[in-house]
Amino acid sequence: MEAVVLNAGDTAWMLASCALVLLMTPGLAFFYGGMVRTKSVLNMMMMSMVTVGIVSVLWVVFGYELAFGSKAGSPWYGNIGFSNLGSRVEEFANNGGVYPIPLLVFAAFQLMFAIITPALISGAIADRTKFGAWALFVTLWSTLVYFPVAHWVFAFGNKVGDVVTGTGYLAGKGLEDFAGGTAVHINAGAAGLALALVLGKRVGWRRDSMRPHSLPLVMLGSGLLWFGWFGFNAGSALAANGIAGLALLNTQVAAGAALIGWLAFERLRNGHSTSLGAASGAVAGLVAITPACAFVDPIGAVAIGILAGVVCAWAVELKFKLGFDDSLDVVAVHLVGGILGSLAIGFVGTSGVNSLGLDGIFYGGGSALLAKQALGVGLVFAYSFVVTAILGFVINKTIGFRVNSVDEVEGIDLSEHAETAYDMKISSRGGVL
Amino acid sequence: MKLITAILKPGKLDDVKDALQASGISGITVSEASGFGRQGGHTEVYRGAEIKVNLVQKIRLEVLVTDKKVDEIVKVIVKTASTGSIGDGKIWTTPVEDVVRVRTGETGEAAI
Repeated sequence: MEAVVLNAGDTAWMLASCALVLLMTPGLAFFYGGMVRTKSVLNMMMMSMVTVGIVSVLWVVFGYELAFGSKAGSPWYGNIGFSNLGSRVEEFANNGGVYPIPLLVFAAFQLMFAIITPALISGAIADRTKFGAWALFVTLWSTLVYFPVAHWVFAFGNKVGDVVTGTGYLAGKGLEDFAGGTAVHINAGAAGLALALVLGKRVGWRRDSMRPHSLPLVMLGSGLLWFGWFGFNAGSALAANGIAGLALLNTQVAAGAALIGWLAFERLRNGHSTSLGAASGAVAGLVAITPACAFVDPIGAVAIGILAGVVCAWAVELKFKLGFDDSLDVVAVHLVGGILGSLAIGFVGTSGVNSLGLDGIFYGGGSALLAKQALGVGLVFAYSFVVTAILGFVINKTIGFRVNSVDEVEGIDLSEHAETAYDMKISSRGGVL
Repeated sequence: MKLITAILKPGKLDDVKDALQASGISGITVSEASGFGRQGGHTEVYRGAEIKVNLVQKIRLEVLVTDKKVDEIVKVIVKTASTGSIGDGKIWTTPVEDVVRVRTGETGEAAI
């Protein structure tokens, strides 16, 4: 067997990507924090921050092993046991083949994905969630939902010679999900929907003015997400190569196209292009291109982006029509955007840009790829929705998932954290904060 | 002695303050206020959800004056704060029984 030699360029890029992807979670905290009212911005940001803490610890104890272990040889979970990463400093990453980067760099990179995915869910249950209940939920959800689903999608098994063990179910079925359209976005979106239903609507939903208290914070957050997303998508190449370049370029143009799509849609519908629309459109495009970024050409990325901007902007209306309080539109942006991007590969995927990819319908590949994509979308959605609903129900019936309505109206920052974000006496512009 | 209370557009505060100082006024009190009058509110749109903002942000300016200066000062405020459009605000005066300067204990007009 040919010996693998560490590639410093690849390793340097992956180390940088780890930091980029981590930055997305504080970025998300700003993105979400700006969208809530002044009385709950700290709680909103804290839901992301505590997730960074909890998942980091879970990962090195057992999370990595549950997601990427291969000893059990199961397509549904990695391996139940201690991650023991300290003993593997000299190993190379092996995920369906050996990469010339340290295993620990791969493990750290995947940890960042495990962090942001539960953090994404928090937007669906803004302003009303008990902090302790959230911390418990993050622990259980990571263990029962994210780590196994990451195995299904991201674990290509441990390859020794020609023998591959422990390949994830969807990875083995040929699902094309480069950076987590299913495992991250559909997973978080379905969970957000389930929790929004379990927790119920906020006090005063659709009666009180619940407008974003700081759009500049939202813009800052979307900028940090966009920046970090280059690590998320291009880093998923696990190398500094042409595929990473393709993923990075596609990420950029899809986000730009989606920004335009959302702005155009709302200008036609409401008469104005808004800053919240620009921030939301960019994120919707980033979500949609995530699974597709290394399987489509840049024109395909533009198409996916524009479609994501328009469809996600439209999907925001669903919560009003159907009557569920998905406070910050986790469903419209992450679930709908994730589904759109994952299925779009079945149409505009092309082996011309990446020999590992298949041709979609528009490239003469027929519907075989679309069927694989639909399987991944359906399976991840169903599993995440059902398990999250059960988890949410159990937490709600035992320790309670919501703060009481008095604390919710007075402000969750004060009741849960004994802090307030701003020294302000009256609400700006006369709205009820 | 009279208390003049003026509800004004926030953007006019600096002009009014300068004009009052030029007219010999030695102190004013300003606070943020919100309310509605003929101006009503406006509609904002967030991700397509329309939010009606019924209360408009204003500033509330209070100034104590001697009886003989009331008309002059009200005229100064009206002249400086008026733009001619709906929402310029409102001014009213109320009689004041007594004024005390906390530091010295002076009362009446000497305390203004």
